[in-house]
Amino acid sequence: MPVSVSSSKLIYECLKESGVRMVSALPETWLVHLIRFAEEDQEMTLVRLAKEEEGVGISAGAHLAGVRSAMLMQNHGFLASVNGIVSCAQLYRIPLLMLISHRGEMGERDPWQTEGGGVTEHVLEALRIQHARLESPDHVGRRIAKAQTLAYSASRPVALLLCRDLMWEE
Amino acid sequence: MRRVDAMNSVYPELERCVVVTIMGAVAAELQSLGHRPNFFYLQHAMGLASSMGLGIALSRPELTVVVFDGDGSVLMNLGGLTTLARYRPSNLVHVVFDNESLLSVGGFPTATSTGSDIAGIAAAAGVPRTATVRTVEEFRNAFADAIAAPELTTIVAKVEAVGPSAYVTDLSLLENRYQFQRYLRDVGKTSS
Repeated sequence: MPVSVSSSKLIYECLKESGVRMVSALPETWLVHLIRFAEEDQEMTLVRLAKEEEGVGISAGAHLAGVRSAMLMQNHGFLASVNGIVSCAQLYRIPLLMLISHRGEMGERDPWQTEGGGVTEHVLEALRIQHARLESPDHVGRRIAKAQTLAYSASRPVALLLCRDLMWEE
Repeated sequence: MRRVDAMNSVYPELERCVVVTIMGAVAAELQSLGHRPNFFYLQHAMGLASSMGLGIALSRPELTVVVFDGDGSVLMNLGGLTTLARYRPSNLVHVVFDNESLLSVGGFPTATSTGSDIAGIAAAAGVPRTATVRTVEEFRNAFADAIAAPELTTIVAKVEAVGPSAYVTDLSLLENRYQFQRYLRDVGKTSS
């Protein structure tokens, strides 16, 4: 499976460096290594979800309880979480770090992923969620750190899009 | 059983817990009994109160977390029961007030009115301890047992479909949120 191990490892290390100690996740192809790293790490609490929106509540609870967390999900999982993002994370000013695998952009071969790629950034904009694209390894460290900084200074959700050029090696 | 009487019967015990409630009647009635800084009312995001409780319980295993949920909210996040059961934090007590209706939006009947059994669903999801109670005395006993038990418990309390006259209270959402966060920050310092 050509999901980049090195990019996944870099993302995971930068997440830990930014203080993340809890990750909620629903598996998807591009996230397999990230989820495995979280599972194998004694210092990380991994919460496997049935549906992504639960992760918003879990992260909100963790934040109020003093633990930094992140959500790992596909863009379709982000789309499925919108009410929780609006009526929990935004309503209650929760600094929510969302790492979203950005399926359905150019190069996508799976027909079922192709609608999500075109709408994800528009939905983030409609929600006034600041976001950045991670397209190469040079983006990863600085953009994760900056995203965390903004999430906490603004007390709002922020999103990082894990893009094909970073995650997929063909 | 009225929900407010059930909550009143365990109110003294809540002082030592961290409490997360759903919106609507549960939030308004608990506030009518007396707000405390360790109470958080999730005034929207239906279904996520139990997820917030899970996030707190996993983050702070030294605290006892109580979630006051409802049938309408649980039915919006049935998958969350499987996540609760999967991690089954022993420091979490999950109470579902089941009035078989969406009371605050006009009383429309939920699926529990036609036989869906939330305690049965929770048990089948893997929640290790479940109970369904119908009187205040049964509720108080089940709640005390759940607090003492070293296992996750879901208590379904069958309550009348009656609620407060108003749902908006004087406590602003963000005031509640920041007070609750400070409580969680400071409770660690005083107990250690």
